[in-house]
Amino acid sequence: MNIGWLTLLLLLPFVGAIATMLVPKAKGLLAKQIALGFSLVTLVLTAIVAIGYHRNGAEDYAETYTWIKAFGAHYALGLDGVSVVLLVLTALLSPVVIIASWNDAQNGRWSEKSFFAWILGLEALSIGVFAATDVFLFYVLFEATLIPMYFLIGGFGGPQRSYAAVKFLLYSLLGGLLMLASVVGLYVVSAKQGTPSYLLSDMMKLDMSQNTERWLFLGFMFAFAVKAPMVPFHTWLPDAAGEATPGTSVLLVGILDKIGTFGMIRYCLGLFPNASQWATPVVLVLALISVLYGALLAIGQTDIKRLIAYTSISHFGFIVMGIFALTSQGLTGSTLYMFNHGLSTAALFLVAGYLVHRRGSARIADYGGVEKVAPVLAGTFLFAGLSSLALPGLSPFISEFMVLAGTFSRHRAIAVIAVVGIVLAALYILLMYQRTMTGPVRDGIGKLKDLNPRELLAIAPLVILIIGLGIYPKPIVDIIKPAVEATMQHVGVTDPAPEIPATEGQK
Amino acid sequence: MSALLLPLADFTAPKIEYNELAPLLVVFGAACVGVLVEAFLPRPLRHLVQLAITVVAVVVSGVLTGILMNDNKELIAAQGAISVDGPALFTWLILLALTLISVLLFAERSIDGGLSAFAGQAAAVPGSEAEREGTAARIEHTEIFPLTLFAVGGMMLFAASNDLLVLFVALEVFSLPLYLLCGLARRRRLISQEAAMKYFLLGAFSSAFLLFGIALLYGYAGTMSLGGISDSLSTQTGGDTILLAGTGLLGVGLLFKVGAVPFHSWTPDVYQGAPTPVTGFMAACTKIAAFVGLMRVFYVALGGTRWDWAPMMWIVAILTMVVGSIVAITQTDVKRMLAYSSIAHAGFLLTAFVGLAQVGSGVHNGITSTQAVLFYLVAYGFPTIGAFAVVTLVRDAGGEATHLSRWAGLGKKSPLLAGIFAFFLLSFAGIPLTAGFTGKWAVFSAAWTGGAWPLVVVAVLSSLVAAFFYVRVIVLMFFSDLPADAPDVALPGWQTTSAVALGLAATVVLGLVPGPVLDLAARAGEFIR
Repeated sequence: MNIGWLTLLLLLPFVGAIATMLVPKAKGLLAKQIALGFSLVTLVLTAIVAIGYHRNGAEDYAETYTWIKAFGAHYALGLDGVSVVLLVLTALLSPVVIIASWNDAQNGRWSEKSFFAWILGLEALSIGVFAATDVFLFYVLFEATLIPMYFLIGGFGGPQRSYAAVKFLLYSLLGGLLMLASVVGLYVVSAKQGTPSYLLSDMMKLDMSQNTERWLFLGFMFAFAVKAPMVPFHTWLPDAAGEATPGTSVLLVGILDKIGTFGMIRYCLGLFPNASQWATPVVLVLALISVLYGALLAIGQTDIKRLIAYTSISHFGFIVMGIFALTSQGLTGSTLYMFNHGLSTAALFLVAGYLVHRRGSARIADYGGVEKVAPVLAGTFLFAGLSSLALPGLSPFISEFMVLAGTFSRHRAIAVIAVVGIVLAALYILLMYQRTMTGPVRDGIGKLKDLNPRELLAIAPLVILIIGLGIYPKPIVDIIKPAVEATMQHVGVTDPAPEIPATEGQK
Repeated sequence: MSALLLPLADFTAPKIEYNELAPLLVVFGAACVGVLVEAFLPRPLRHLVQLAITVVAVVVSGVLTGILMNDNKELIAAQGAISVDGPALFTWLILLALTLISVLLFAERSIDGGLSAFAGQAAAVPGSEAEREGTAARIEHTEIFPLTLFAVGGMMLFAASNDLLVLFVALEVFSLPLYLLCGLARRRRLISQEAAMKYFLLGAFSSAFLLFGIALLYGYAGTMSLGGISDSLSTQTGGDTILLAGTGLLGVGLLFKVGAVPFHSWTPDVYQGAPTPVTGFMAACTKIAAFVGLMRVFYVALGGTRWDWAPMMWIVAILTMVVGSIVAITQTDVKRMLAYSSIAHAGFLLTAFVGLAQVGSGVHNGITSTQAVLFYLVAYGFPTIGAFAVVTLVRDAGGEATHLSRWAGLGKKSPLLAGIFAFFLLSFAGIPLTAGFTGKWAVFSAAWTGGAWPLVVVAVLSSLVAAFFYVRVIVLMFFSDLPADAPDVALPGWQTTSAVALGLAATVVLGLVPGPVLDLAARAGEFIR
């Protein structure tokens, strides 16, 4: 039964944002409780939708209404395996961030409640981005997500936050505006072939000349590469993540940047299959550079938050590599990676945030011997770090392995070199752990308090999911797989045949 | 007897379609009544009466235009002088709507201690005793209302003129009142008078270009009517030099009014010096009238030589976008920044204009240039007047505090006002879910449909540059600390409040549900000849 589930999902956090803003300034606590309540209800609804999708398929959730007839734009929402996974991630990370940032916004530029209202606003728009099945609607929401994120970075964070916020905005706008040119171009192509329509299903049927397809592809791909972010368009991320509050960084890297890789799957592969194949070599090389360069820079960082930002650039390199390897394993791995990366980076950012909040500094050199003073904090930090370096048994390992295996079956050299990224990951995480947590207790660390129950509560769901999906990833892979197969079919590629065919016995 | 009657029999009275021209006649008639009011009514009554006359005239004219649009009657009226077609009616409607908002701002008297934004006695020397006495006696120039009506009437005529001579007359009818209005600021009168002077001199200069162009085109075609010139393009052989020269000169005159680079240099000075309500009125309405006039002349009369003038317009469009947005970055005055922003917007409009996406040239399903431009003008006009209305409210002892540094921390002082202004800026920057985005999308599509995709690429890159300076103001308002001597935010009267509210509402609605206005613009169709 279709009762507009997705619209409900989109509206709920939005209403929550308005409700939060309407609370009088004096009642800051009430505002936070309202925000948390709305995000939790959204999470429950998302879970219901995800389960329903798993059972009954996507038909129940599609909504299509004409929005702007002259543009061929629709208000169209729908689900596929990839978007369900990212919806769940969004709905999960929002309450986690709200709990973890409970006291982070007190010293912001504006009232505390606005921080939480912006978070809910961002959640609403992100849900819309992942659920949109109309290119115009997607674009509008894609750009609109910049506004809450801009104010989250610029309003609440470190001393350089204004600079970081503007840099973030301008980079994103550059990508977004070039994509706008492509979106306009798609309209023109569509109008020439009949009634213009931005519906994804209609756009996928368009005939484009080779050159047109390539140019339009480049517009989209550039926007997503800035968003993801890939080397050489990555320099905004360390600044933004370094200056923003940890909660904002989680939303930025965990959700917002996923729009980039999500867009590559749904829009680059979906709308421009031939151009995507044409661009594969360049994109793969850039992804490889992102993996290695991001990791190397991470090793060299002296600031914990910036270090984590660089690890993400490396991880996004893996995700992009898996997507453009164009094998079912790689694509499935990448989608899974998006989810797992959301979990592990969120854990890492939040624990690092707890640490920084206590000591008042993000410099690695200011720490040492924390594990003697605050063992639980050090333990969760180690756990988050290990999941980030893809320790076997934790969920990121599975996705990283799938990405590498998927890439290897088609592009051996690239996969082989990318494996170095795993080694470097161990280096940057363990070095950071060693420098901050082990050794003699430094000045100013002695009185560090261990994690309090609220902070543990925020981390707990992440830890549970990282372990759970590390052992048994099947439910989520089952959701992703059909979508990946449909994409592969649309692009017109099949997995390379194994050199040693599977025999009956091995099956 | 018969000898007396004979000449009369030869003379046929010109056929005037009074019904179709009623919107124009109402405005001009009311303007004349306004002049009489100045002559015969005692001073204390004038403000109210003038305001009432102006508002009623604008509303009645708007309703009449609406009725005409509904009847869908298109014709060339007044012996071929005025073309009452879809685009003209649509333009009239926006002009009247925006004038209504501007007039509200003109009538505002509660911001500056019970005084309007206009000089009490324009003839009194700035800083003189006479000026002080006039201010103390609360003397006001209520002539601004009839002047505004004349200006609007001229703009309406300009957008609908089907004959180059009428075009020129209309240009002067709307320009002369504007020159005057520009020089009437109550505060910073010297800058205001300088602005008026500059505007007048440069305006006269460009009128001369226009007139010369008209003369050359007449020499080529032997007629002033747009349709006639178009016909002669296909029948006439030879005389191309005179045609090209005429086209170029005519273009200079029209592009001056549009504010396109390299004919833009008056814009920042005039926008800065003029009383802010007048700046808003000019920025919105002049641009609308001038742009529709430009399109009408070039599409209807010179459509046949489009391949001759299109390359030049490409260059002008690129220059306008690039210069407008880059120079805006260096501005330190809100009004000058908005002036350069309006130049950049003219550039975006020009992309659709040179895109030449017309039904006649084989565009069937997509958006046409006319539709896109008309929509953009709506989407640009409302936030523009709204933004200038906000500017009138940020004041210190010297009047409006327009220097950008004075706006620092405004978000702390008055979050609502700063928020509204930020929203207008976001709309100018073309952020989705605002009117500006829909407008940009429309003009870019029209440009690309007509094959001008390189212009679209330049346009999006200029949009990025433009976004930078809009965002800079937002950063200043929200992310900077409030200085100790920060300007006050005046408590607006109902006039300014409703002007801002209308601008805001239009910006939101056109961003979320632009469908009806787009359909209306589509129904306006093409220019007729």
